[in-house]
Amino acid sequence: MADIDTRHGVMLYLDAVSVSFSGYQALNELSLAVDEGELRCLIGPNGAGKTTLMDVITGKTRPDSGSVFLGQDINLLDHDEAAIARLGVGRKFQKPSVFPHQRVWDNLALALVGHRSPWQALRYKPSTADEDRVAHLAKLIGLYDLAGQAAGGLSHGQTQWLEIGMLLAQDPKLLLIDEPVAGMTQQETERTAELLQSLVPDQTVVVVEHDMAFVRSIARRVSVLHEGRVLTEGSIDAVQTDARVREVYLGDAC
Amino acid sequence: MSSSPGNSPFLHRATIAFFLGLALWVPVANLLLPAESPLALSSYSVSLLGKYLCLALLALALDLLWGYAGLLSLGHGAFFALGGYAMGMYLMRQIGTRGVYGDADLPDFMVFLDWSELPWYWWGFDSFPFAMLMVLLVPGVLALVFGWLAFRSRVTGVYFSIMTQAMTYALMLAFFRNEMGFGGNNGLTDFKDLLGFDLHADSTRCALLVVTALTVLGSYMLCRRLLATRFGAVVTALRDQEGRVRFLGYSVASYKLVVFVLSAMLAGVAGALYVPQVGIINPGEFQPLNSIEIAIWVAVGGRGTLVGAMLGAFVIAAVETLLTAQFPEAWLFALGALFLLVTLFLPRGLLGLWERRGHG
Repeated sequence: MADIDTRHGVMLYLDAVSVSFSGYQALNELSLAVDEGELRCLIGPNGAGKTTLMDVITGKTRPDSGSVFLGQDINLLDHDEAAIARLGVGRKFQKPSVFPHQRVWDNLALALVGHRSPWQALRYKPSTADEDRVAHLAKLIGLYDLAGQAAGGLSHGQTQWLEIGMLLAQDPKLLLIDEPVAGMTQQETERTAELLQSLVPDQTVVVVEHDMAFVRSIARRVSVLHEGRVLTEGSIDAVQTDARVREVYLGDAC
Repeated sequence: MSSSPGNSPFLHRATIAFFLGLALWVPVANLLLPAESPLALSSYSVSLLGKYLCLALLALALDLLWGYAGLLSLGHGAFFALGGYAMGMYLMRQIGTRGVYGDADLPDFMVFLDWSELPWYWWGFDSFPFAMLMVLLVPGVLALVFGWLAFRSRVTGVYFSIMTQAMTYALMLAFFRNEMGFGGNNGLTDFKDLLGFDLHADSTRCALLVVTALTVLGSYMLCRRLLATRFGAVVTALRDQEGRVRFLGYSVASYKLVVFVLSAMLAGVAGALYVPQVGIINPGEFQPLNSIEIAIWVAVGGRGTLVGAMLGAFVIAAVETLLTAQFPEAWLFALGALFLLVTLFLPRGLLGLWERRGHG
């Protein structure tokens, strides 16, 4: 994996990114910078462009214009999804996606960094270090006792954790996490908050979330997206008292 | 790995025992036992068993691709036929001056068409090793080019199936043409011998059956070992969650390509073993219907189990032999009915029955 140059403290930098789908402007000259080691939350009403933003960063969607950099000098627009993942960008989908027919252990082992080409995968033998790493991750996400079970049998919350564990197994520098606590119980939500907070500042985390209580519990900085651009940025308190934000998204109820 | 019944140790051992047993028993029953013995096997039955074994290998090839990588090829008959043609070309060259026209340089059908010299793509087929190389390379290269174009553009699901179907149909039309130089609609036939052994001799037929049984067994073991590696885990994973595999940093297209090429080569080997045992290869093997039938074998036996695919091919081919002899018009209806019944009531195929029993 190439080292990411973060000498100026910036992990992810988007400049004037625009994406349109048959006339619909999903992202409109969006610019965003995320510092190394930061835990950033992205909020915004439906259709604000949060998922499209993730798609652009991970190579799933090509922007019409603008630039996307990882660190100082890696132009993410030059790479496809798999290459971007290998550069150290991990992504958790909104809909949990794990491998249901394989054991929890194998799900994590498959995500372990390295051995990505077919030939390397064919010759791969897990080392003791690999086994330890999988065991460590399984404990971290609280699924060590279930490691031998097929992932298809996990509960919704456990599936979300497994996917986060798989992301961590990739050894990413930047994690993009789409709605991690949707459908979780209060207790599961709290554990997820702890887990995400334990990742920084070694890793940089960007979370898209609707649950404002959860956002309040984890985020130091919040970016509010509206109509494909960043409306405002700041602490959760500053953002929640911003008149424009209240108007477009939060409503008077908050 | 998953807990599919194809991986159960008992079934695995039974499969090995079956192929080894067949390889040992058939020569004894056909060559040594007197014809009036109840255990004796007629030469006709030997050919039939040999044919079923080839179809089992073809089903195994498709199961590797469809059952594990989730790619349903409805054109696998094309790779089978190409392997068969490569073997047929070698067998044609072996005929030499024993053809109807006695021409040492040209096969009969070329003499008949007034061709003056052997086309360049027939060069080298006098050599057995070269022909065997082509059995692997021709299907392999076609799968490589076709798969590269398809997977690079992320063609999957039903679109992939339709394209493979179109591929085998196009090849069928091409091979029907006399100008192609593969014998037109008659194909290649009237073979005499293979490596100097008379193809009509019982001993040769038995030897071919033994070679086929061992090849199927070897291919099964190869697939099993392949699927037990991290490579196999990635392939199974991309069947279930392609996006996740891609975002983990695996190049999905190259994994699909490796499996597709390997599967095409196995199908080619099946075709090459089939041709000397049935004595003919013609463009009918490229019929889209044949390729669909392979998918039915796999579905009936149990997709994603390897053993089930081979079982499905054996069972259906045997039923087909019985039914087409008794009620030729009824066969396709019976096949359709069987497919419907299995899809409705045994979604995991015949091996699913076994699994249900096993788990009580």
